[in-house]
Amino acid sequence: MIGEELVQLLTPEGERVANSDYESTLSGEEIFGLYRDMFIVRRLYNESTSLQRQGQLALWAPIQGQEAAQIGAGRALQPMDFTFPTYREHGIAWCRGVPPKDMLRLFRATSNGGWDPQKYRHSVPAIVLGNQVLNAVGYAMGIQRDGAEEAVMTFFGDGASSQGDVLEAFVWASSFQTPVVFFCQNNQWGISTPMSTQSKIPLYHRAHGFGFPGVRVDGNDVLAVYEVSKRALENARVGGGPTLIEAYTYRLGAHTTSDDPTRYRIDAEVEVWKHRDPIERVKSLLVREYHVKTAKFDEVTHEAEAMATQLREDVLAMDRPDPITMFDNAYAAPHPLIDEGRREMIELGVSGGSH
Amino acid sequence: MTTTSMTMAKALNEGLRKAMEKNKKVLIMGEDVGKLGGVFRITDGLQKDFGEDRVIDSPLAESAIVGTAVGLAIRGYRTVCEIQFDGFVYPAFDQIVSQVAKLHKRSDGVYVMALVIRIPFQGGIGAIEHHSESPEAYFAATAGLRVVSCSTPNDAYWMIQQSVEHDDPIIFCEPKSRYWEKGEVDTDNPPAGLFDAAVRREGTDVTVIGYGASIKTILRAADTAAVEGTSLEVVDARSLAPLDIDTMVKSVEKTGRLVVVQEAPHMASIGSEMVAELSERCFYSLRAPGMRVSGYHVPYPPTRLEEDYRPTVDRILDAVDRAMAYDS
Repeated sequence: MIGEELVQLLTPEGERVANSDYESTLSGEEIFGLYRDMFIVRRLYNESTSLQRQGQLALWAPIQGQEAAQIGAGRALQPMDFTFPTYREHGIAWCRGVPPKDMLRLFRATSNGGWDPQKYRHSVPAIVLGNQVLNAVGYAMGIQRDGAEEAVMTFFGDGASSQGDVLEAFVWASSFQTPVVFFCQNNQWGISTPMSTQSKIPLYHRAHGFGFPGVRVDGNDVLAVYEVSKRALENARVGGGPTLIEAYTYRLGAHTTSDDPTRYRIDAEVEVWKHRDPIERVKSLLVREYHVKTAKFDEVTHEAEAMATQLREDVLAMDRPDPITMFDNAYAAPHPLIDEGRREMIELGVSGGSH
Repeated sequence: MTTTSMTMAKALNEGLRKAMEKNKKVLIMGEDVGKLGGVFRITDGLQKDFGEDRVIDSPLAESAIVGTAVGLAIRGYRTVCEIQFDGFVYPAFDQIVSQVAKLHKRSDGVYVMALVIRIPFQGGIGAIEHHSESPEAYFAATAGLRVVSCSTPNDAYWMIQQSVEHDDPIIFCEPKSRYWEKGEVDTDNPPAGLFDAAVRREGTDVTVIGYGASIKTILRAADTAAVEGTSLEVVDARSLAPLDIDTMVKSVEKTGRLVVVQEAPHMASIGSEMVAELSERCFYSLRAPGMRVSGYHVPYPPTRLEEDYRPTVDRILDAVDRAMAYDS
């Protein structure tokens, strides 16, 4: 299933692997930091799943199994870089500093976004998959015109790789040599549609056809994802043009909490991927090579629990917004139909009309 | 007041030039807009003067023209996207409706979607299929967008500049059959705000409202009607979303009769919206129901037939007669 072209620096058992193109540059402390990120993001996933099951979220998009892909990419970014995510990039949002409660506003259905995208340099989530990839290339065209040494990273999956917008974005990025990194998390399933329906060739091969490099990395190996992302971003910042990274991974959970994956895939496949867990292999490395003690791992567990408790509290406190806020920011400038709607709502007494 | 006679194509070109001179963040992007100057030459000479970084010849992909303009807007640029013909805007529809219209809201006002999407629309040039359509209602029906249309060189010159300066996304509909017609352009003062309607001819019996290429046809109908003793007041909507309904109400309250003219079929159209809104607001002033003169509910016909499809002077006068026949 996984070919020899895969960039891997750490086996599922947590053993280091030599690679002719890439080597890990991270210290033990930094690797522990990646472990911490992944552990906390998985806890965020668990807590959010519970919140959804308890009726506190309208929907939730699981990330379980994809933590290394997202944390590896997210930690390779520089503060001034900009990111264009889908609704599943909780790990990237975490790395960009988006507070967990803000990630859940969309899923609590109190907001269509949730955070200030300029503050965190992390765009609001795209749900029409593929759109964000073109938006990212446009942003990268702006970086070129500003003469800035910054890069854009945009995220999509194996499913969206079939969207016309993604392929148009490849054409644009190649023609204009924009500073963009296309980060494709190939998690093998687009809801129920298997990878084999999306592409008959490895996805990263597509890049060559468009005239820029493509790399397949073990998406469950955070060390490899970090190095591959770092190099692609550095290359983009100095005018080297786009790169397609295919992070080969697996969606261990359902597509969303509305999905039932037992209808379309077999348990044996899921079991195979559970053995490739991205968090366990780093933990093995940290214990064996850096002799990290149980107490230090326990600290992370406590930190994750505290985050989850706070998250639950914050989500439960997230009330239905005042209906009149639906008129805010529909337009930047005054608009008669907005005024009319506001007026009607106030007359109906639905809202206090404080806005 | 300095006035110069120029075609609508030239007026748009000069307006774009002004907008680019005023603000370095203004870009133009589209197919063949650079060396060629656009298939209608609207951007003629602009790449030569402002460079390839600001007047961008794009690959052939409309979704990408608009989708990358969105990213440029997030970065603080104001891109004027050229869609080559009305019938080619649909590949970009997803980006326009899902991102352009909604990102200001989704980002709680942080992103300013300042971009202009220019679309040469309506028929009248004897083109082949997909080159004569009137897609304005699709965009007018989408919250988050604004839709405007010019009918004279003076409006073209000013409205394109006002659109570039505006902070909301603007769908800018250009009546391609009028590109080569000349008119006086006052380069000192704008004729009106971007979202104001204009009374093109005052009258007392029937208010006739239209936009774009239809205005000239309506004015001809008004000449003929005058000979027959009927006085038409001609209102150019200019802004299709939002509508300047107050100007229209004022006219209908005066005349008591309403005819709307458009090339689009009237099902769920701008004209239907005008009739509905004015019926509600002017119920006691109206002496006849509002009449719609529209394109027929068929795909735009082979253009050897287009003059039997587009509203003609005769069809407008027929609607005027029907409105006049109600007398109360």
